[in-house]
Amino acid sequence: MGPLVLLHLAAAAVVFAAGRHLGRRGLFAVALVAPVATVAWAVTQVGAVLDGATPAERTGWVPSIDVALSFRLDGFALLMALVVAGMGTLVLAWSVAYFGADQPIDRLVRFAGGFVAFAGAMLGLVLADDVWTLFVFWEATSITSFVLIGLDHDQPSARAAAQRALLITAAGGLALMGGLVLISQAAGTTSLAGLAADPPGGTVVTAGLVLVLVGAATKSAQVPFQVWLPGAMAAPTPVSAFLHSATMVKAGVIVVGRFAPVFADLGWWRPVVVGVGALTMVAGGIGALRQHDAKLLLAHGTVSQLGFMVVAFGIGHPDVTAAAVALLVGHALFKAALFLTVGIVDHATGTRDIRRLGGVGRALPGVAALAAIAAGSMAGLPPALGFVAKEAVLDTLLHEDDPWALVAVVAVALGSILTVAYTARLWWGLFGAGPATERAEVHHRPGPVLVLPVALLTGLTLLGGLFAGPLGDRLAVAGEALDPHAHGHLVLWAGVTAPLAISIGIVVAGAVLHLVLRRVGGVPAARVSGEHVFQRGFDGLLDGARRVTAVVQNGSLPAYLAVVWLVVVAGGVGALATGARIGDVGTVVADNALQVAVVAVTIGMTIGVAVARRRFSSVLLLGGVGYGTAVLFMLHGAPDLALTQLLVETMSLVVFLLVLRQLPEGYAAPPEWAPRTVRIGIAVAAGLAVAGLAAVAGTTRSEAPVADEYLARSEPEAGGRNVVNVVLVDFRGIDTLGEITVLAVAAIGVANLVRAARRDLAPDEDEDPLDAPLDDGPSAAASDDPTVAGDRSVIFDVVGRGLFPVLLLVSIYVALRGHNAPGGGFAGGLIAGGAFLMRFLAAGTPRLARARPLPTSALVGTGLLVAAGTGAASLAAGQDFLESTIWKLHPPLLGEVKLVTSTVFDVGVYLLVLGVVLSVLTHLGAGPGLRPVRGGAR
Amino acid sequence: MSLVLIALIAVLVGTGTYLMLHRTITRIILGVALIGNGINLLLVGSGGPAGDAPIIGHGSSPADPVPQALVLTAIVIGFATQAFLLALAWRNWTLDGNDEVEDDISDRRLARREPDVVDPYAGDDADLEEPR
Repeated sequence: MGPLVLLHLAAAAVVFAAGRHLGRRGLFAVALVAPVATVAWAVTQVGAVLDGATPAERTGWVPSIDVALSFRLDGFALLMALVVAGMGTLVLAWSVAYFGADQPIDRLVRFAGGFVAFAGAMLGLVLADDVWTLFVFWEATSITSFVLIGLDHDQPSARAAAQRALLITAAGGLALMGGLVLISQAAGTTSLAGLAADPPGGTVVTAGLVLVLVGAATKSAQVPFQVWLPGAMAAPTPVSAFLHSATMVKAGVIVVGRFAPVFADLGWWRPVVVGVGALTMVAGGIGALRQHDAKLLLAHGTVSQLGFMVVAFGIGHPDVTAAAVALLVGHALFKAALFLTVGIVDHATGTRDIRRLGGVGRALPGVAALAAIAAGSMAGLPPALGFVAKEAVLDTLLHEDDPWALVAVVAVALGSILTVAYTARLWWGLFGAGPATERAEVHHRPGPVLVLPVALLTGLTLLGGLFAGPLGDRLAVAGEALDPHAHGHLVLWAGVTAPLAISIGIVVAGAVLHLVLRRVGGVPAARVSGEHVFQRGFDGLLDGARRVTAVVQNGSLPAYLAVVWLVVVAGGVGALATGARIGDVGTVVADNALQVAVVAVTIGMTIGVAVARRRFSSVLLLGGVGYGTAVLFMLHGAPDLALTQLLVETMSLVVFLLVLRQLPEGYAAPPEWAPRTVRIGIAVAAGLAVAGLAAVAGTTRSEAPVADEYLARSEPEAGGRNVVNVVLVDFRGIDTLGEITVLAVAAIGVANLVRAARRDLAPDEDEDPLDAPLDDGPSAAASDDPTVAGDRSVIFDVVGRGLFPVLLLVSIYVALRGHNAPGGGFAGGLIAGGAFLMRFLAAGTPRLARARPLPTSALVGTGLLVAAGTGAASLAAGQDFLESTIWKLHPPLLGEVKLVTSTVFDVGVYLLVLGVVLSVLTHLGAGPGLRPVRGGAR
Repeated sequence: MSLVLIALIAVLVGTGTYLMLHRTITRIILGVALIGNGINLLLVGSGGPAGDAPIIGHGSSPADPVPQALVLTAIVIGFATQAFLLALAWRNWTLDGNDEVEDDISDRRLARREPDVVDPYAGDDADLEEPR
């Protein structure tokens, strides 16, 4: 079965790929191969399946979650496969004549390719045994249907109809998927046969079934989802005949038919399913009476008939199910025949408007006669199959002791009266007397290829009715596949029975209705069309989405940030609400008196940062906060942190001031996104949330700290007494490698931003200030900027020159001793940066280039390479990445010197940090007095 | 962790948040720096009570070295981040003559439901009023 589905897809692929070169007949021949082969295969299976065989095959797809391509050929599946492939063959063959030689080849390629791809998807759907196989092919039919409805994609109406159909059926597909997940999870199996054998129960399954029914209702155009089907008539007639009457729209009915026998005894099932089906039946019938386009009339009639089938399959009584199978076959035969008939009339006269047609019967008596038989079947007139099937449904319904069966009988009767009326309206509209004026003329008569399929379908309709008994025996196998208790039999003449009486009543009432409507001029057009309602709803949805987006995505970054912080606060509140407690470690007011003093001063400066009106003051206060933090680190027992923080704070202060030279002195007051009180409220909440986190996290420890182990291992394994440094360069060396990479990236970012800005700013300055000749006199660098030494301060310059080598030596010493005492590569690099900074400040802007020993990027790169190379070397030596090796050397005079490889790593850190500092200084420090491109708020 | 330290952390983070909610990039950078200090203190404080420097042979009750190592790199990365943000502010100044964070133009178009909302990248932004 899988190969046949694949054959369809391959044929579609060939048509799409090479159809243009195959020519009209060629591409249809390729497309026809697949359905013809399927018919041949299905016929060979009939004997075995009638004898009770159910061949199955299963191909694993995603075994880990039990998703498989699984097919099973029971009686019902075989019947549906025959319908799909047989109809496909006939309609495709008919299309060869329908699409004349004047058709653009591209349109034919899209039609034939989409058609055969759909046929493959539909075949897979009817054969599917696994719910996921079912779902995949279900969605494939939606998509191919979309392509075919939108075949004339240059027409806006066709595009709109295709979009509408896809939105509704794909939404239903989503519901179906959700339902199948719930049901198959509850059942523990994804096999449809397995579900039927051992049905699950419970609330979850009920929810799943409702979702499945929603999916079925969208696909089978049940109220209120029926609006897409009439629009789908934008597709060419063969598509309407095949997809939108005979096959795809039955997919929902098939699913209902598979599930109803298993689940119909749930209390809510029959009211819901029978109610929806009955409503659809009546609504579709009334809709059909309003139409003037013969195709639209048939489409609304299809909606009505689908409602009938949902009632018959969905009520879940075994014998009704058996009768429903005949109903489904009967509908497929007569509806396809009628669509093709409308196609023939359209082809012959150029119109489908039944107000202008009529009288075509005299020109095309054969077609009119065939249509009369098919229409008779639709209206439920003997001896056609439609009559036999409807009798069987009524008869079995009347035998059920169930109030919903009675409701169903009433609904079927009402719907059938409407059906008789619109059938009469259709046939007389096409072939009756017709109007006196503006009558459409037959331009060219249909050839045999157009008439033959109609004749075949009509003949089957007639034969099915005449040989109802033998046919019923065959169809019974299909019914039993759905419900083992179903015992179907069909009869043409059962004597004078209640169903016959009802049928006579239906036909008489329908005929009277037709005559009355002709007298009064028909049913007026609906005031509000379903399409209109759908479009309003769809537009409203988009508009609503836009409104929501306008509120939540208002473009204000501070507002987004506020949301982030509120989530943090909510997280803290949630943690407190769900039982986070301040731990038992206990908390003290202060560790020592000095801490209280430093905290008090730091808090004051922190608030000063926020309230300062000038950038300069707030930056200085920020530096103060940083120094305060450094002191607190010191008091906590973290000299390394204190050292680093002091150096960084100094460096940041200078960098900040370098940039501030460019910016306005005070803050402008741009309109804020929210009132001050709101912002302060968010800020207070954020502070309190983090304080709560600090209180909980700082006092709750459930695991022993890893510090004890590190403290013990530090000296023997890594050869260092400063545990912080050992953690950085050895125990967690890979982390540090990552972090210095971040530094390098940030430095590159700064460099590029500044270079880009400088290109914009100095279009007339050819040279990069950094590349200025070294012998440029200091006066050339003079600046009137008060924040840096504009004219060179001789004293500062001299002191700076003197201190420079000393500071460099100190930095190297601090870096190297870091393994055993406070210091290390980070601190050393920052001190070295400080040495250059002094030269920089003393020399004035922007002549740091003089003191640059190397291009900064080379320093950054070398540092990174040295650090990474240390790790690589230990790997090469057969050790772990960054594992330390300790050498003890005894050079003369110096005594024992201990060399640890991680020192090399720290040298890399040193070089990189120095490079980053120099890069930031040179780039942000250079180029004062430049004016912005636009604005200029100085 | 001592209560005064917790109080300082609260003030640092709260003030930092308040500053970050402004539109001026300078203030945002100040806010980021303050929050960075607060979080660094939080991490160091969470490691355990104050103690001696975690250097072998330096004292009997060393403070936890692990958060210290964590925070040490955080301090340096904070410097690099701050420099990057300053470069951004400067770049913004070179383009617009101010250091303010502006609203996203396409988002504002969406909010005003203008027709070109479909393609925010099409057309010239120059004719739009200065969005705030």
